[in-house]
Amino acid sequence: MAGQGSTAPLRRHYPGPPGTHITIRGLVKRFAGSALYDGFDLDIPKGQIMSVFGPNGCGKSTLINMIAGLIPIDGGEILFDGKTRQDTKIGYVFQNYREALFPWMRTLDNIAYPLVLQGWSKDRVRRRLDELIASFGIGFDLHRYPYELSGGQQQTASIMRALAPEPEVVLLDEPFSALDFEMTLFIREKLQQVFMDTGTTMILVSHDIEEAVYLADQVLLLTKRPTRIAEQVLYDEPRPRTVDTLSDAGFVAVKKRTLEIFQREVRR
Amino acid sequence: MEVESTDSGRRRKAARRAWPRLRAGQVKHALLPLLGPVLLLLAWELLARSGWIKPILLPGPWPTLQTLAAGLAGGALMTDTLMTLMRTLQAFVIAAVLGLPLGVLLGSNVNAYRSVEFVIDFFRSTPASAMIPLFLLIFGVSDINKVAIAAFGALLIVIFNAAYGVMNARKQRIMAARVMGASRWRVFRDVLIWESLPQSFVGLRTAVSMALVVVVVAEMFIGSNNGLGYAVLNAQQVLNVRLMYAAILATGVLGYLLNIVFLLIERLIVHWNGR
Repeated sequence: MAGQGSTAPLRRHYPGPPGTHITIRGLVKRFAGSALYDGFDLDIPKGQIMSVFGPNGCGKSTLINMIAGLIPIDGGEILFDGKTRQDTKIGYVFQNYREALFPWMRTLDNIAYPLVLQGWSKDRVRRRLDELIASFGIGFDLHRYPYELSGGQQQTASIMRALAPEPEVVLLDEPFSALDFEMTLFIREKLQQVFMDTGTTMILVSHDIEEAVYLADQVLLLTKRPTRIAEQVLYDEPRPRTVDTLSDAGFVAVKKRTLEIFQREVRR
Repeated sequence: MEVESTDSGRRRKAARRAWPRLRAGQVKHALLPLLGPVLLLLAWELLARSGWIKPILLPGPWPTLQTLAAGLAGGALMTDTLMTLMRTLQAFVIAAVLGLPLGVLLGSNVNAYRSVEFVIDFFRSTPASAMIPLFLLIFGVSDINKVAIAAFGALLIVIFNAAYGVMNARKQRIMAARVMGASRWRVFRDVLIWESLPQSFVGLRTAVSMALVVVVVAEMFIGSNNGLGYAVLNAQQVLNVRLMYAAILATGVLGYLLNIVFLLIERLIVHWNGR
């Protein structure tokens, strides 16, 4: 994790350890002159869920937005299995589902939109949608417009849309924080089940420590800005994890450790 | 058995009592919007009868409404209304067809919009009626002139609102489309245009009202022998006050109906607005 700073000459992009999916090397991002990221290196493992946790303003969302290619970077490189962003299919789930779905399209057309963009045939889209509906066990009418659905149903549709094109990576920016607790539990389970079915690499930005640990194989803890890696805490409890997991000794220990690091970084 | 029947009988009676009360409440609610017009007509009638205003200046509401009804039912007033409606719609269509694409294009390129913003704002603030002499020079005393000047006034409103609709598009929807791999063109076609629709419709509704105002003014002052503007001015000059009031009311009816029609179309197309 030795950042060289923005002034260092660009090094050759070196690969991460085996099983690495996304490599971030020498990442630089400045906001109004001050550096948010300055020579940031990170390996994100393939087929795992990584939660990102850190103090307010440390740039958690900025990090996944840079990975998604939504915010330009000022230096460094982000590669996916050695490929650039252009050659990588990414799914993204926003916190604010209300402003993420297109209200002028029926919910089903929203979910199909990324497939239409990729030029899939009508038949193929139809088949993929049927697959998604079956695997999510959808019990509500997808022919309605998004604004006719509940918040939880809209966020479920957002997740289906992100997963529809079978992306290599799914980025989730606080996907539960606009939902009530009942819906959060429901969608959390759906997400775990989808992950167990597909093994898609996922990066989850979270402000809820319990949720961050519960879903993750690894919790990435960030420092205050300029942002560095405070620590990467592993959690290898096999899935499916259940409500019982939350009171499990292993879970409690990891959560405690994560909280300690977080508090240390906040006070620093 | 008997207890049961009296009980259900009582319940039925209670239901009967509750039912008309509910209906009365609903009826009262539905009648509320009529209160204003009724009060206005009453005040008009009283004012006309009181003699404070000479009958030559203010006829009573009933003769006026009769003149309006007779005129609209196949009289000259109907032709005038249809002529004004046609000119207004022609001007509106020109403004919409030119203004919507232009506004959306300008709005999606902030630099382009900033560079013409002053011109648009300036002429949007200039009363279109002040330009009538200029348009007279260009188009002469023709029917095209009336449509052209109304289209000009309406066009700027359409451009302005469509551009603002695009500029205020929800950033996250654009991001969502981009992350799914939408090209700039697809973002424009699938997101920006739709995001601009609610504001564009505000523009279209304002534009049709503006077009009507300018058409009526143009009919008064640019040589014309039909249209509601002509009807109002002509009735005034021959001191046919009843006809003059009827023609004024006809412009009101036309403006009101146009607004309602546009609201209905808007609600149908921009169904997600405000939800």
